[in-house]
Amino acid sequence: MKINDFVVRFANVNGTGSASANALFTKAVFRMGVPVTPKNIFPSNIQGLPTWYEVRVSEKGYLGRREGVDLMVAVNPQSIKQDYADVRPGGYFVYDNTKPLSPEYDRTDITHLGIPMTALCRDEFSDPRQRQLFKNIVYIGALATLFDIEFAVLEGLIGNQFKGKEKLIEPNIKALNLGVNFVKENFEYPFDLRVERRDLLDDKILYSGNSACALGAIYAGATVAAWYPITPSTSVVDAFASYCAKYRVDPETGRNNYAIVQAEDELAAIGMVMGAMWNGARAFTATSGPGVSLMNEFLGLGYFAEVPTVLIDVQRTGPSTGMPTRTQQSDILLAAYASHGDTRHPLLFPATPKECFEMTADAFDLTERLQTPVIVMTDLDLGMNDHVTEPLEWDDGRAYDRGKVLGPKQLDEIYNNGTAFKGKYGRYLDVDEDGIPYRTIAGTHVTKGAFTTRGSSRDEYAVYTESSETYVRNVDRLMRKWETAKELVPQPVFYHSGMKHESAHGDVAKGEKDGVIFFGTSIYSAEEAIEMLAGEDIKLDAMRPRAFPFGRAFVEFVESHERIFVIEQNRDAQFKSLMMIELGTDPAKLISVLNYDGMPITADNIYRQIKGNLG
Amino acid sequence: MTYVRSTFRHPALPKNELGYTVDYYEGSLSTLCAGCGHDSINAAIVEACWQLNIEPHKVAKLSGIGCSSKSPAYFLSNSHGFNSVHGRMPSVATGANLANRDLIYFGVSGDGDTASIGMGQFVHVVRRNLKMVYLVMNNGCYGLTKGQDSATADAGSRNKTGHENLFAAIDLASLAIELGATFVAQSFSGDKEQLVPLLKAAMHHNGFAFLNVISPCVTFNNNSGSTKSYDYVREHMAATATMDFIPIMREITTTYEAGSIQDLTMHDGSVIRLNKLEKDWDPYDRLSATNAVRQAKRRDEILTGLLYVNENSIDLHELLNTSSTPLNALGKDDLCPGNKALESLNGSLR
Repeated sequence: MKINDFVVRFANVNGTGSASANALFTKAVFRMGVPVTPKNIFPSNIQGLPTWYEVRVSEKGYLGRREGVDLMVAVNPQSIKQDYADVRPGGYFVYDNTKPLSPEYDRTDITHLGIPMTALCRDEFSDPRQRQLFKNIVYIGALATLFDIEFAVLEGLIGNQFKGKEKLIEPNIKALNLGVNFVKENFEYPFDLRVERRDLLDDKILYSGNSACALGAIYAGATVAAWYPITPSTSVVDAFASYCAKYRVDPETGRNNYAIVQAEDELAAIGMVMGAMWNGARAFTATSGPGVSLMNEFLGLGYFAEVPTVLIDVQRTGPSTGMPTRTQQSDILLAAYASHGDTRHPLLFPATPKECFEMTADAFDLTERLQTPVIVMTDLDLGMNDHVTEPLEWDDGRAYDRGKVLGPKQLDEIYNNGTAFKGKYGRYLDVDEDGIPYRTIAGTHVTKGAFTTRGSSRDEYAVYTESSETYVRNVDRLMRKWETAKELVPQPVFYHSGMKHESAHGDVAKGEKDGVIFFGTSIYSAEEAIEMLAGEDIKLDAMRPRAFPFGRAFVEFVESHERIFVIEQNRDAQFKSLMMIELGTDPAKLISVLNYDGMPITADNIYRQIKGNLG
Repeated sequence: MTYVRSTFRHPALPKNELGYTVDYYEGSLSTLCAGCGHDSINAAIVEACWQLNIEPHKVAKLSGIGCSSKSPAYFLSNSHGFNSVHGRMPSVATGANLANRDLIYFGVSGDGDTASIGMGQFVHVVRRNLKMVYLVMNNGCYGLTKGQDSATADAGSRNKTGHENLFAAIDLASLAIELGATFVAQSFSGDKEQLVPLLKAAMHHNGFAFLNVISPCVTFNNNSGSTKSYDYVREHMAATATMDFIPIMREITTTYEAGSIQDLTMHDGSVIRLNKLEKDWDPYDRLSATNAVRQAKRRDEILTGLLYVNENSIDLHELLNTSSTPLNALGKDDLCPGNKALESLNGSLR
């Protein structure tokens, strides 16, 4: 008997309405108080190709992908052969037996559960579309009975889903009951995979990274979004648009306190963002690797001309078009050094939807504080899947940090009393010696503070120059700013000696000989693997960096360990390269744990690779 | 090129209604070649802004890359400027304008910046009817890289080295009309009389105002055989009309011969008074405008002046229904839904 510990995979045809039915299963487990993690494994296609939805249920709270399928719902004839082979010995194979399964499906190590989904729907519904859609609901009803999921939970979910469209509740409940009753009449139920009610989720929520990024932008006061559609980032702006419709329409005037422009390409999208931020609004764009490639030119301008910009990179499998609907963490180097010449950009690495929300909001403060583009590095797994995450919180006392922007009064003071500016405003004067100059926004003052922003070399007063000394002084100041950024960006979190959860006190972990570094969506599987290893008395310290550039705590962790396993989801060990470039870390000390097949990394995989290296 | 500018100003220089003399609208010293058409256009911009009593700090100057795109440094030194990347000025202007609808956006581009590398962005900024002046200083060649043909060079035109351009020219004014631009004009850097009122009207237009200004390159494309030389343009210029721009509340004093006058009222009540030279041309009719340009071309003429205007132009902000308060003036209280909204959102995600 497996209670609250199994993997269910749904094999569907893209575009047949399976997504919302399958999500119903996830949500039902969630409402039973049990940790659950769903993954969409979908094709770059709108209709007709195979798509999978994999749900891991884990009493212990492991939220990464796990290898092996305990129950397969195989309703796609195109993929059924492989789906059949993928079921673990001892597992279950649920299929539509309206037509009998051909004789080669004869495994004896699994249990076959035939449910006549097509026939049941054909008999019950007359509308062809309903006949198709409700096949999905039928198997959800059947699974709920087999797994012993409370029917009331499903009823509640259907009620929520069709709020305002009550007419649809009744046929959905009917379809659920077709599945329920078929199981009750034909199988022994519940079977030995079981969902038992628990209270393991506290007040956690089920949310996707892309929606969370969009909401972060809303809370941070972003008013301009410019974008070009690209998977897997599209739903960031889609979500932003729907949150804007909800929160940003002035109730009195009916006017929008936002502007969203679908640009002609990614070059224009980031150009619009820079124009808006240059002019004092908060703006962002969301894209994926191919878009970041196109934005390189502007990112260099943003770095050199010091224009704030927020870019959300929802990474997917590259290079080139790659596998657009599969996940990877493979834009690290591209993003860190995007554009020609000596450029470098702060990167943020959220690992959970809650961090997507927080870090997107933080990105706006950081980009205006640092006056340089800031890139939020999420990925398809985080962006397009629902994750169990801590509830979102916002401190109502938090003010937006607009950075060093001079208003009319301050400009007058500069000219009247001198201040640190010595009587004359200079856009690129480093008066605070932190590398960050003061900017002004167009229209601020009648006679003071105007300057021309440009991508060409200029002096401290924003006047064009080709003087070598001035150029060097300027780019050296930009490095001084980079040093400032190191301690301003979100700092790493640490896991002491085989701990599964990050340490509350935040001290650098350094008791053990060996360490692990992981970031972004590797968090789930890495935490699980660390616990698996700890169970064998292999204790590791761990660090989850949350941003680039690397600050003091990061360096201290690296220096405190003999060997460090660097877990990342790309082929070329890009994060390891970044450490070697930035810190000069001896490559012999850094052991890569890689996964780059487009699927989220699993704990078993990490465990095997680390174990293999430890010998 | 002048290396030193006299600081002497005649004490009797007239002041505009804001109390500024015209030199207040100047920029830094030009580094363009002596005799460059662009400098004449810059002077016309200075004159137009002075005459219109514009507050320079209420103008944002935007450009891409090239000789033309250096220009914003040479006018309105009390305005913010953004010399962005090659061919990408329209996107920067779009973002800037979305952030603050209360400024005047003055974009300067060239024929390389617009008709080649920036064609995509140009086409789309026209479609969006962004409220801005978009001025192309069009000399048919790439000046900063020493005279290569641009996409607006006429087929058969020869540059300084005698090289003959093989490819058909992109006619930016016709293209703008075709794309739905709501204000299209064409002019010549050497014709300040025409350029100044056109610029004034453009700055009062409620949408995308496109000015294609032939601006000869004295260094690389001012030779015989070139169709963008001073001599060629002067000899081949025809105009749709002579015009005056009359801002709101100003008494109309100019007198014209009866019969050829047409007053075009702008959305803000200002008036473009045309003394029409092209009999069959209707400035409100896109087809007529296109026709007039083509007919002139057939006569081997470059048609200048106002070509087309849409008096009912609806700009991007109106299309997007954005707040009348500029977006960059909204604060946390206007924008952040607060923790309470978050609590209810959390509730819906369980």
